[in-house]
Amino acid sequence: MRFESPDTIEQAVELLNTCDGISRVLAGGTDVLVQLRLALVEPELIVDIKHIAGMRDITAEDGGFRIGAAVSGAEMGEHVELVALWPGVVEAMELIGSTQVQGRATLAGNLCNASPAADSVPAMVVANAVVTISGPNGARECPVADIVTGPGKTSLGKGEIITSIYLPARVNNSGDAYLRFIPRTEMDIAVSSAGVSLTIDSDGVVTHACVSLGAVAPTVLVVDDAAKAIIGTKLDDDAIATLQAACSAACNPIDDKRGTVEFRTKTAGVMAKRAALIAYSRAGGSK
Amino acid sequence: MSKIHVSTTINGDAVEYLCEPSETLLDALRDHVGLTGVKEGCGSGDCGACSVELDGRLVCSCLVLAAEAEGRSVNTVEGMADGEKLHVLQQKLLDHAALQCGICTPGILVAAKALLEKNPDPTETEVRYWLAGNLCRCTGYDKIIRAVMDAAAEMRGA
Amino acid sequence: MVTEYVEGSTGAELNKREFKVIGTRPPRPDGIDKVTGRALFGADLTAPGMLHATILRSPHAHARIISIDTSAALAMSGVKAVVTSQDFVKQSSSGNQDTLDNCMARGKVLYDGHAVASVAATSVKVANAALKLIKVEYEVLPHETDVDGAMLDTAPVLHEGRKFRNIPEGNNANVSGYWEFGHGDLDAGFAKADIIIERSFKTAATHQGYIEPHATLATMGPDGRGEIWVCTQGHYMVRDLSAAFIGIETSQLRVTASEIGGGFGGKTTVYLEPVALALSKKAGRPVKMVMTREEVFRATGPTTSSSTDIKIGMTKDGRITAGQAKLRYQGGAYPNITAMLGAMTAFASYDLDAVQTLAWNVLTNRPKQAAYRAPGAPMAIYTVESVVDELCQKLGLDPLEVRLMNAAKKGTLSSYGPTFDEIGLVATLEAAKAHPHYTAPLGPNQGRGVSCGFWFNFAGNTSVSMNINEDGTVAVIEGNPDIGGSRASISMMAAEELGIPLEKVRTIVADTNSIGFNDVTDGSRVTFAVGLATIKAARAAIKNMCGRAAQVWGIDADAVDWVDGAAVPTGHNAGEFPPMTLAEIAADQAKTGGPIAGHHEVNVDGAGVSFGVHLVDVEVDPETGFTQIKRYTVFQDAGKAIHPDYVEGQMQGGAVQGIGWALNEEYIYGEDGKLQNAGFLDYRIPVASDLPMIDTVILEIPNPGHPYGVRGVGETGIVPPLAAVANGVSHAAGVRMFELPMSPPRILAAIDGAK
Repeated sequence: MRFESPDTIEQAVELLNTCDGISRVLAGGTDVLVQLRLALVEPELIVDIKHIAGMRDITAEDGGFRIGAAVSGAEMGEHVELVALWPGVVEAMELIGSTQVQGRATLAGNLCNASPAADSVPAMVVANAVVTISGPNGARECPVADIVTGPGKTSLGKGEIITSIYLPARVNNSGDAYLRFIPRTEMDIAVSSAGVSLTIDSDGVVTHACVSLGAVAPTVLVVDDAAKAIIGTKLDDDAIATLQAACSAACNPIDDKRGTVEFRTKTAGVMAKRAALIAYSRAGGSK
Repeated sequence: MSKIHVSTTINGDAVEYLCEPSETLLDALRDHVGLTGVKEGCGSGDCGACSVELDGRLVCSCLVLAAEAEGRSVNTVEGMADGEKLHVLQQKLLDHAALQCGICTPGILVAAKALLEKNPDPTETEVRYWLAGNLCRCTGYDKIIRAVMDAAAEMRGA
Repeated sequence: MVTEYVEGSTGAELNKREFKVIGTRPPRPDGIDKVTGRALFGADLTAPGMLHATILRSPHAHARIISIDTSAALAMSGVKAVVTSQDFVKQSSSGNQDTLDNCMARGKVLYDGHAVASVAATSVKVANAALKLIKVEYEVLPHETDVDGAMLDTAPVLHEGRKFRNIPEGNNANVSGYWEFGHGDLDAGFAKADIIIERSFKTAATHQGYIEPHATLATMGPDGRGEIWVCTQGHYMVRDLSAAFIGIETSQLRVTASEIGGGFGGKTTVYLEPVALALSKKAGRPVKMVMTREEVFRATGPTTSSSTDIKIGMTKDGRITAGQAKLRYQGGAYPNITAMLGAMTAFASYDLDAVQTLAWNVLTNRPKQAAYRAPGAPMAIYTVESVVDELCQKLGLDPLEVRLMNAAKKGTLSSYGPTFDEIGLVATLEAAKAHPHYTAPLGPNQGRGVSCGFWFNFAGNTSVSMNINEDGTVAVIEGNPDIGGSRASISMMAAEELGIPLEKVRTIVADTNSIGFNDVTDGSRVTFAVGLATIKAARAAIKNMCGRAAQVWGIDADAVDWVDGAAVPTGHNAGEFPPMTLAEIAADQAKTGGPIAGHHEVNVDGAGVSFGVHLVDVEVDPETGFTQIKRYTVFQDAGKAIHPDYVEGQMQGGAVQGIGWALNEEYIYGEDGKLQNAGFLDYRIPVASDLPMIDTVILEIPNPGHPYGVRGVGETGIVPPLAAVANGVSHAAGVRMFELPMSPPRILAAIDGAK
């Protein structure tokens, strides 16, 4: 195994593109090192991207924030303006692992690991986050929702690296939230999860909504029926019940050591319901 | 494959070591630097026994490659006491009998120190969540939480 | 706290004794090493020329080993030795042979993770690469991991001819043990009942979950002499088994216990040690072995899983008229007696006219079970305490009143045979009843659970020596690894008995060649048994010191007493000479006859049983089945708390392990017989944020079998939480739970099923 820590993105792309064997990009390393330890993967090349300019920066841009691919969850949580703009995304990121893991784990890494249970992804999807990718053919942009194609699989091509994730500006009276179900209070992988982002008008009526679910399908589900159920409402009990039912209906989970199909299906609806109420409150709505 | 030469700072001292690309910082600290106070309980970031501060940030050293420490600063439990004088947290863990077997203790100390540097006045709930990644199987956590709260109070008063 | 000693107990000379050191809370002697990182645990030692060894483990749950070809591995650069079962000596006792076969599979692999071969090489990396070159040809056999499944006639048989008791007709070859306990006329008892409840329960296997993986460093020279450094609960056990497995005499093998990073019963046997020794013998170099966490889960521990049928009858006013339990335990691939311990403990809290417990041990394709804190008791008592709670609920009776009404007390014929001496159950129940926790208001979706718990407590073989140094300090030498602060409690008892300040005493855990034999640190025996031997060793030293004083004074040795750390003349010599302190006698020992020491070697008897009562408030989320522990109080009889901090620590630690068992911990096997959750990510032990403070109330009802009244306290704490939490959950969720763990999917399914 070779370890490289290039100073420029071009060098990183070149290293990855010319490596014939298995390679891994190292940002926080909280997934890669576990895979190495368990010998699940024996890469020929590890490319540490933390020395590349901009990778560890959170930058204000057009009313939103650009988050470098090597920014840790802890750094996101300490960024007051970012937390104020996208609290749901930050709290999703901060739910991953322990305080120690937070010191290293990154949004980009969580996305590229492509776990169906990744906590930050449902939150980024409802935030309409966009990733910037550098590769042998230059830079390109791609919605977060289009990166993960299946468990452990992404749409990134050979030699491509995510360099940053952009969380866009948002209109006033908007709020987002992310909730997951785990058997303990910490240290578990999501059994089911939901992200909600919404905007309300001055009367408290929802004008825009997006609802996503994690850990209940091979990739994050965006549940349009759930969003429709609350658009035009003030999240009254009927609307919430419809949202919950729509979410459960959309689930297509597996039975495994972490939860049954029935359990995931039911709790995904519960998480979505509770996340919607938090997002609504954050948008300034009162019930 | 050749070894990597790493120059780093550990507990304030300039340290150099040679490591293989696949070795973790935990391996390097224990096997090359002789800091066996850093413990391995799982090797997968689930137990916190290998906690260290890397550039002031709390991490699991089992989830850091040894080569990544180049040019950075690492603090371990061995660096907490000042000569014969224990850190307040070390003293409070003793005073509260907050250890039984002691294998999780180094990680708990490093993690608690990082907490109190960031938040000198944590609530019990904040302490519990901050330390959720430090597994202890002996104590049920009760006396550990009390010791950390007491240390925080004393450090605030000092 | 109850501090008065009971009149008439056999520790009469000390009944009214006022302690100076006992009952205080000094800092532990090994504390500084453990907070500074200096303490040396199993994996912390290295040796010049050291090799690293790793183990090839079975990928199959059950298979016949057709052949093992290690030639390619041996030929690899950096590989210095390879061992398989061929490299060990056949054992005459079946128990030892089982332990050996568990260390290295012979003929068949019996579970996923069973060791097949081991390689010692210049690095872990080289050793692991060499493992991949070992060719093992297997004939895969059908497997069974469930206790009930393994009892079916259609189940694959693990071993033929291993039934070691009179097994009743109708049991297959996997049933390796059967036991019966009880007394009285069951039919008559049930006939007197106004209500009878019969229930079936299941509990999952749980792992001890110590944070320190098994680790050892072994070296064996060409002269046939060996040394082992190891994290273990019993280094004499390691010595005896390792020496026997490679065919050397015990005197040729010296074993030193490292600091131990948790054990809870899981480090009371050998896994790596004989293997490392055999490799070192072949390679002629020291060999270090450290398990990965995955190996710890796949191949060590865990406890037994259980399937139980229980039947209890009660009168309308709460008197239990009869109880019967049928306990089926699986403890993995080799016979064990944990089911027997379950059968003995199930009804131990109750004074019953008619009781019967039947127990079966069943072999399955799982790792050989290891002791786990009060082995066998938690799952047995869980079922009894759950049904007692349900009876109370059905009859509208107070659960503590009912337990008080039926509580075992002095003179009770226990359900497992002996008649109880002084015991603390009633006092413990009374303390729980009087505690504010018991009557505190509950919120929505909350429920309160109660359970009793019991453990026998072990005693056993113990050796202690004590050297009186010339400067007036005292070295205590014992042979039981300190797993939870025992060097503190032993030092305290030595200081108390000698009448000197605690800081004058230092206690060490010696290697196997430096002091007489000691049983394993288990069954809550150390503070009791080693403490007793320490007190007796101190008395031997005191007798010697009184003799020295008598010699100096020129009076009869019988005319000297030991008071407050000094020899004083008594009788007609009283007051004639000033007291001669330990320090003064010690300073002159060379002149008065030579070194002064005391020692005591004994197979201790008289461990007093210990009861506990736990109260817990839980809150269940009715939409997710998530259970939160809101409040927890432990009441336990310690006999006499030597160091109350560490008594509380045992109570708290045991309670939290039990909470984990109740809520989330379980071994999960797939259809393929492979363990699916061999890591702390999915084997979910409680984390700090899962818990509230664990309040403790120490009761002190002295054990007549110990000079200071000590009872073991380590085990009992893990027993009540299973039923206490289950009862709390049942009240909070409005539905009875019959299976552990009560993970959220199970609770939610039960809630939804009851709608």
